[in-house]
Amino acid sequence: MSHTTEVVRLHVNGDSVEVGVPAHFTLVEALRYGLGLTGTKQGCDKGDCGACTVLVDGRPTLSCILPVQEAEDRQVTTVEGLATPEAVHPLQDEFDRHGAAQCGFCTPGILCSAAALLDGNPEPTRDEIREALSGNLCRCTGYTKIFVAVEAAAARRRGR
Amino acid sequence: MLRLPAYRYHAPRRLSDALELLARFGAEARVVAGGTDLIPNMKHRLFEPAHLIGLSRVDELHGIEVSDGWLTIGAAETLSSIASHPAVVASTPALAEAARHVAGPQIRNRATIGGNLCLDTRCTYYNQTEFWREALGYCLKKDGDTCHVTRVGKKCVAAHSADTPPVLMVLGAELDVVGVDGSRTVRVEDLFVADGIRNLRLQHGEILVRIRIPIRPTSRAVYRKLRQRGAVDFPLLTVVVAGERGDNGRWSDIRGVVTGLGSRPRALTGWDAIASDGRLDDDVIESLAQRAHAQCHPLENMIVDPDWRRAMVPVEISRALKALRTTTAD
Ligand SMILES: Cc1cc2nc3c(=O)[nH]c(=O)nc-3n(C[C@H](O)[C@H](O)[C@H](O)COP(=O)(O)OP(=O)(O)OC[C@H]3O[C@@H](n4cnc5c(N)ncnc54)[C@H](O)[C@@H]3O)c2cc1C
Ligand code: SF4
Ligand code: FES
Ligand code: FES
Repeated sequence: MSHTTEVVRLHVNGDSVEVGVPAHFTLVEALRYGLGLTGTKQGCDKGDCGACTVLVDGRPTLSCILPVQEAEDRQVTTVEGLATPEAVHPLQDEFDRHGAAQCGFCTPGILCSAAALLDGNPEPTRDEIREALSGNLCRCTGYTKIFVAVEAAAARRRGR
Repeated sequence: MLRLPAYRYHAPRRLSDALELLARFGAEARVVAGGTDLIPNMKHRLFEPAHLIGLSRVDELHGIEVSDGWLTIGAAETLSSIASHPAVVASTPALAEAARHVAGPQIRNRATIGGNLCLDTRCTYYNQTEFWREALGYCLKKDGDTCHVTRVGKKCVAAHSADTPPVLMVLGAELDVVGVDGSRTVRVEDLFVADGIRNLRLQHGEILVRIRIPIRPTSRAVYRKLRQRGAVDFPLLTVVVAGERGDNGRWSDIRGVVTGLGSRPRALTGWDAIASDGRLDDDVIESLAQRAHAQCHPLENMIVDPDWRRAMVPVEISRALKALRTTTAD
């Protein structure tokens, strides 16, 4: 069946943009192929792995199974939106220091899930971190370094 | 990459608009709530609707409230909201627990309870890409004419795999359903039929509006789920038990539902006679567990050994009943 193209209005990382995409695109497809924001990864592309996690109105959401129209009128934050022009997000810095990213494919999704956790819970326990990241698969690190990095980032943010 | 088939998306704000779209597009349309079941299935070409009618912004499908002894939940409420809502946690903790054990956190942020009630049945030979299914010659449930599980028979035995319906069943929940022709009420226990191809007694074009759960101060329920990993996975087996706890510590109306095995959640039978004197001691629990075992006959509809899944029925029932015994009074 031939497809229709639609113009959707998205709010991504603080910018309001209009993007013309096939009406059957998911949010990750609109981000990567419509807006060139390739930080968000397309892994399994069917809801199993968490690589495509972005924040929609602050909540971790799988962009590979979200029809793009469902993101309209909502605030989307991708990994590109975590840092400010002045500084990287403390999570990004601590992932670097602790070797919490190896191949890096899961990292953008994990950073988004972890950023939402720290926004709602400045002092999470190890179990709370484990639970918040339980929908993000990582095949490289064995998770321990990721948990340690999230704890370090939380401590640094509290210190400020 | 798994591309979706082409469709047009509609996002009505009012229930009447959603019903009108359904009437206009007929068999070409399908409703979608969180999309966490339907979108992956569409990527597998199990459904190819030309029009998707999004329910997530429809006002009438939202809200969680307690009044007059009923807990009412809008069908488009997400499993995350349900899992953490104070009224749900206080009045029906087993429902909050079940919602918390579906999939992973990102999915629960989108997945709705209405979609959970309408979850398509699942099978190793069905939840696969078109490429995979074509290579095998398809199957009875979709595009083919044989069942790779039973090999003979003309019946699909794909598994009902949703976590909240068994809890809603033991709690005696009711559903408000509307269609183009009017509205009706369905008890959750009457929603399902044992047909893996389509196990719901809902007509095309009917929308689940809300779930109503009677709150009985005496009711206690326990939910348990068996799965491969502690997160993300669908159940290999879900058991829910419930009972009414009397002032004297005796139990009445001990009941149980098992799912993840056959095409619909199975209400266990024959428990009244076993638990008739209201005691839940270890011997009674063992008899109830054995009675459940005798009623469950899982087939190879998922990659995990059906004999093991069957052997786990009495184990999980017994654990659930022991937990029920220790649930405290409010
Ligand atoms: C990796 C993964 C793991 C999962 N694990 C679990 C699990 O452990 N347990 C579990 O129970 N589920 C699991 N799921 C399935 C799914 O996420 C949930 O069942 C969810 O609750 C479905 O809700 P939804 O709103 O996303 O449904 P949708 O995908 O939007 O819809 C599902 C079906 O219901 C119909 N529908 C939706 N809402 C209505 C309504 N109001 N009225 C009429 N029809 C309606 C749709 O037309 C569709 O046929 C998993 C999914 C994935 C991808
Ligand atoms: S049980 Fe048989 S017919 Fe049903 S989905 Fe599986 S293989 Fe297909
Ligand atoms: S790419 Fe979205 S969950 Fe795997
Ligand atoms: S760093 Fe490779 S998958 Fe996580």
